[in-house]
Amino acid sequence: MMGEVLKLNSVISLFQTTGEILRLLGESVYWCRTFFDNRDKVYRQMLEIGNHTLPVGALISLFIGGVLALQSGPALAQFGVEENIGGIVGLSMVKELGPVMAAILVAGRVGSAMTAEIASMSVYEEIDALKTMDINPVRYLVMPRFIASLFALPILVVYMDIIGWFGGALVSFANPDIHISFNVYFRNLSELVEFSDILNGLVKAMVFGIIISIVCCYVGLKTKGGPREIGTSVTKAVVLSFILILIFDYYITRVLIFLGLD
Amino acid sequence: MTRKINMQKTVEANSKGDILHQYLEASAVGVRIIGLDKSFGENHVLKGIDLEIKPGETVVILGTSGAGKSVLLRHIVGLEKPDSGAILIDGANVLDPESEGRHRIAMVFQSSALFNSLSVGENIALYLREHRVFREEEKIRRIVGDSLSIVGLDDKGNIMPNELSGGMKRRVAIARALVMNPELILFDEPTSGLDPIMTRTIGEVILNLRKHVEVTQVVVTHDIDFAFYIADRVAVLSGGKIIEVGTPEQIRRSNDASVREFITPQFELKEGGKNHENRV
Repeated sequence: MMGEVLKLNSVISLFQTTGEILRLLGESVYWCRTFFDNRDKVYRQMLEIGNHTLPVGALISLFIGGVLALQSGPALAQFGVEENIGGIVGLSMVKELGPVMAAILVAGRVGSAMTAEIASMSVYEEIDALKTMDINPVRYLVMPRFIASLFALPILVVYMDIIGWFGGALVSFANPDIHISFNVYFRNLSELVEFSDILNGLVKAMVFGIIISIVCCYVGLKTKGGPREIGTSVTKAVVLSFILILIFDYYITRVLIFLGLD
Repeated sequence: MTRKINMQKTVEANSKGDILHQYLEASAVGVRIIGLDKSFGENHVLKGIDLEIKPGETVVILGTSGAGKSVLLRHIVGLEKPDSGAILIDGANVLDPESEGRHRIAMVFQSSALFNSLSVGENIALYLREHRVFREEEKIRRIVGDSLSIVGLDDKGNIMPNELSGGMKRRVAIARALVMNPELILFDEPTSGLDPIMTRTIGEVILNLRKHVEVTQVVVTHDIDFAFYIADRVAVLSGGKIIEVGTPEQIRRSNDASVREFITPQFELKEGGKNHENRV
């Protein structure tokens, strides 16, 4: 009996959390109408995302591109079709690895900072202070992060895609088992990677941007207690973002295939 | 010495604060609390609170820690919703969506609640900037400067909150509340954790505010001397109920056992100060 009650409470809690997250998303979209007045906050958040992710993003995408070439190149060379490596690395980066890795990077580096900052503001009554000053916390704190993530993530994905392509090209050229020229690599890449494939990745990136900003701000806003709870909230927000990124990655791909865009 | 310096700055500020005085044009509001009831789970915190505060009055709500003073204050500012009862500000129920934003109510939090990512000046200017009160940045800067003068912190505008002492943070929080041009200011334990000299300074600042703005003030504290120093009237909260309301003199002479227990010193010092000799 007790177990059933606990299960029921968990289900209610899940629906309640989902509802509250969707409500926060709705409010953030509503406050986007004040973008012009709050543009400096949005730019600041975009700079924050850039500062935290561009160097690490370059590093990981270079190696992801490299490892893709390293794993698939020799196998292709066995069948004498190693010139197709450019297309394989290019498509893998733009459709899947670029958006997912960028989202995981942003969730880990920027999302965690968002949660920590907002959770700290909740715990130390700063959110209450905003309310008493008649400043809507969603407009002041969430909306700028929401817009910044929405647009910064696709930019980051394009940046990581390009560096990943170069990583693949370097390994394809340097590895004696593959050894194809940059020219051949990029000609094949440009033949196989279409604009719709890039767009595909950008759509995913935008959805991931929404997920990261809303989830991380939501967890931050719901934090109560003290410093220990701030740490717990950061972990919770990052883990929840990772899970939702991977689940939504699957479903966005399904929808894009269904619509004939993949 | 510190107090003298601070008070001197405060007095000087009276002549400095021209632009702030032009801006501060609010008129004080009356507050009426009717049958306010609030529970958190099993914990029945407020049990039918009734209290009337006249416009322009400074009322101190005095009570022990955990008596529900802060919860009462949070209800007045609209941060908590009561289980039953009402709070009327100039006759309008604070819970009524139509009365939202009708009155400017500022609150000085126990933790000061300064925004740590903003400088002191930016903290104070936040309300003015977010509500586009002035377009000219110069005017905002002057108002921030004037309000800092009033609380005796003229040159602290550019430093970050984490570089301030507890007493300074409270004074910045008061300056931030002042630039809201408030009709009602609520102070949540403004002296908790402060030394007696700083407590006196905060008391002076609160008393001094009424020279600059026509405002109603509600202060919650458990500091009896501080309460009697600043209050026009004192309301004693005990067991979730207001048990007595009166002027500081009336409260001092109260015959109510709970009031007497609270306002009478709990420790009787032995001769020679050897209260500790039985320990160890």
